[in-house]
Amino acid sequence: MRFPRKLLLIVVGLGVLLGLNQLIEYGAGDFQLNAYYARIINLIGINITLAVSLNLINGLAGQFSIGHAGFMAVGGYTATYITVYYGKAIAALVGGSLDGTGVIPVMLISLSAGAAAAAAAGLFVGIPSLRLRGDYLAIVTLGFSEIIRVIILNIPSVGGATGFTDAIPITNFFWIYAAAALTIVIVRNIAASTFGRVLATIRGDEIAAEAMGVNTTRYKVLAFVVSAALAGVAGGLSGQLFANPLNPQNLNFVKSIEIIVMIVIGGIGSITGAVFGATALTVLPEALRSLDQQFPGLRMVVYAVLLILTMIFRPQGLFGRRELTLPWRRRGAALAGAKLK
Amino acid sequence: MTTAAPLLETRAVTKRFGGLTAVKTLSMTVPCGALYGLIGPNGAGKTTVFNLLTGVYDPTEGDVVFDGRRLNGRKPYEITRYGVARTFQNIRLFPDLTVLENVMTARHLRGRQTLLDAVIGTSRHHHEERDARDRAMTLLELFDLHTLADEHATSLPYGSQRRLEIARALATDPKLLLLDEPAAGMNPHEAVELMHIIRRLHDEFGLTILLVEHNMKVVMGICETIQVIDYGETIAVGTPAQIQKDPRVIEAYLGGA
Amino acid sequence: METFLQQLINGLSLGAIYALIALGYTMVYGVLRLINFAHGDVYMLGAFAGYYLANALDLDANPSLFGAIVVTFGAMAACAAIGVLIERFAYRPVRGHSRLTALITAIGVSLLLEYGGQVVFGATPRFFPQMIRSQVYSVGGVQISNQNLLIIVVAIVMMFGLEFIVHRTKIGTAMRATSFNLSVAKLMGINTNFVIAFTFALGSALAAVGGVMVALAIPRIDPLMGLMTGLKAFVAAVLGGIGNIPGAMLGGVLIGLMETWLSATSYSTYRDAMAFAVLILILLVKPAGILGSTAVEKV
Repeated sequence: MRFPRKLLLIVVGLGVLLGLNQLIEYGAGDFQLNAYYARIINLIGINITLAVSLNLINGLAGQFSIGHAGFMAVGGYTATYITVYYGKAIAALVGGSLDGTGVIPVMLISLSAGAAAAAAAGLFVGIPSLRLRGDYLAIVTLGFSEIIRVIILNIPSVGGATGFTDAIPITNFFWIYAAAALTIVIVRNIAASTFGRVLATIRGDEIAAEAMGVNTTRYKVLAFVVSAALAGVAGGLSGQLFANPLNPQNLNFVKSIEIIVMIVIGGIGSITGAVFGATALTVLPEALRSLDQQFPGLRMVVYAVLLILTMIFRPQGLFGRRELTLPWRRRGAALAGAKLK
Repeated sequence: MTTAAPLLETRAVTKRFGGLTAVKTLSMTVPCGALYGLIGPNGAGKTTVFNLLTGVYDPTEGDVVFDGRRLNGRKPYEITRYGVARTFQNIRLFPDLTVLENVMTARHLRGRQTLLDAVIGTSRHHHEERDARDRAMTLLELFDLHTLADEHATSLPYGSQRRLEIARALATDPKLLLLDEPAAGMNPHEAVELMHIIRRLHDEFGLTILLVEHNMKVVMGICETIQVIDYGETIAVGTPAQIQKDPRVIEAYLGGA
Repeated sequence: METFLQQLINGLSLGAIYALIALGYTMVYGVLRLINFAHGDVYMLGAFAGYYLANALDLDANPSLFGAIVVTFGAMAACAAIGVLIERFAYRPVRGHSRLTALITAIGVSLLLEYGGQVVFGATPRFFPQMIRSQVYSVGGVQISNQNLLIIVVAIVMMFGLEFIVHRTKIGTAMRATSFNLSVAKLMGINTNFVIAFTFALGSALAAVGGVMVALAIPRIDPLMGLMTGLKAFVAAVLGGIGNIPGAMLGGVLIGLMETWLSATSYSTYRDAMAFAVLILILLVKPAGILGSTAVEKV
């Protein structure tokens, strides 16, 4: 796509998101969306970012990581910390306040810091871990995630065991879905490129990949770092959502599993699947909430059964590795193929 | 295309696995532009030599030298970048990719785009993608696989998969091509076709080719020089005619008269 | 010196529990190359099975060694059955699939047991009846409770029993053969399905012993108790060398000792993280574990 056309698309996209943001967060005329539904929509968006970013490392690169919650935590806490302790100052720098346009630079800096911190964590965890295969990698990433959690638990300035309740709620629909869209674009572009193919070779046969000149460790770490950074952004958005403070008790191995269930149900390796899975598994626990209040734990039982049945009867998930392609793209691809003959 | 220095050399290479010596002071000299064969009975150590040349194993003693460069301790992907490409005894195609994509992956190492290029979608990215696709297609046409370009690589018949693996190795732009039992599992007709392909690669592309093979017809038919090993040691080096008459070779294969 | 000995006893007793659970992990990994994530929860079920049995036998009012033995064997039987059921209905259907699929299935089963346990038993912790009246012996300034002693003795007896089964019986040989190469074992006429089921039964029974023993010393039990303990026992199995039975015992003892020692320092809040730190270290330095041996992948 030519650059001016790309730019136009971005501007239009942002405009649409802003419009929807106004609608969902504030209503229009007589219409006011129930706050409960607005919240679910927001949670779906955050989970989409988490699921699609996890798909990059688990699905595309084929490296099974159970540590996503850890990166969400690192990014989330860093982002929230920046806003809480430096937010006002940053807003003041541009002559605004956190309630007005000052929130834009604050959010951008906050999320960028979160992404950077999570990326650094991804590098630190990835370099030693990605030398290991399969089960071992899964366990090690789990271990790192738990260590991160315990460390955060012991830091009083970010709330410790009670959670980061000092967070300032600057997240809204716009930021969440802008991030989700960005994540989808990034992961999709990687997948459709030579890098996506390289990741597929690593996933398929590492020895053959090495023989084709691929530095497999480098690419695994790269995918891991990008994936972690995006999880960090999701964390920053989540922790600064109204009445949704980050808490080490929630950012544990169960959370990582929940994200894995999303991409497994949707289809490991499919971005469409990840979006579907994120949506379904955000809505499902809400639908089951009343059941869970009667029988605490039932929600997770349903998850567990869903997981087991999917593995037995449809391990490739709903979409497998396929994507839902838009009609004009399909035609374009066919044209590209015809040109070569 | 003969230069004074050999393209590939092993100098008294030894490889030990704990108590087992798989390769013993093996020296090999492959001149530039050669069609070299490495044969020996089962368990002779041929695959170990192969893995030593491609960086999968490091020599316990001795040196492996390619194009004047010492390969000891280098990782497989580095060695491929220097210009050594290989195929595998048990075909290792990439299962989730199509025929075309399998070959395209081998173009990646010759590209210069970064991850950022891919994410943003710069013109460099588009150029290299198109280039990779075109080169891969050309190679597929060479091997008569272009009609199957969008098929899943693993759905191809065995003989085609072998040809695809060779095409993929070629896509890395190698100076030296290492073929690990390329004729394995082929019927006589396919083996003859393979011989044509290998000879074409050698003559038209000026490639230096080293092959490990059990199929004597193929080896004797195309190799200019053959090295015979047994129990990890060289027992003979020469032309096919010389090797066929060498009493030590005959004994190694038939266990003595 | 007394504190050192005291911690040694505590550490050995904790380590014995980890060892009992670790054995199950290591045996299943040995035959199936599967990390049975749900194994820690079988340990929890052992504690609960023991709880219901002990209450049925009214052991709180009439503590007795005989009663404790009955409860232990009862829990072992219950968990052996559960282990076999899990294998049959959750793991066997995915046996041909990728290891990733099996791992995810195992995670699913683990969650099912934990939260299913919450639904069935309720999330509030229960208190295990005192099957054996607690007694503390003072030996040279060191306090040894009879429970600690019992745990250590029982664990040692169980391990000898296991070694006997694995090395002196036909089924044990079959287990070892299957763990070397499943398809070849099948060709040699071994009923691998039975052997695998037996392995699960054995490992689960040992975990049940661990559950009952722990409940003796720390009577508070809840459906999520298996999560952390299970993970740490898994670390112990990896530390000793996954797939290696003496390794599991060694690993268990080491983790128990390390954890006890750490609890006594000012870093006790990092206790849980320590096990993971150990795991990461061992996987980076010697992934085969202390007693394990590396297998070379054939190219």
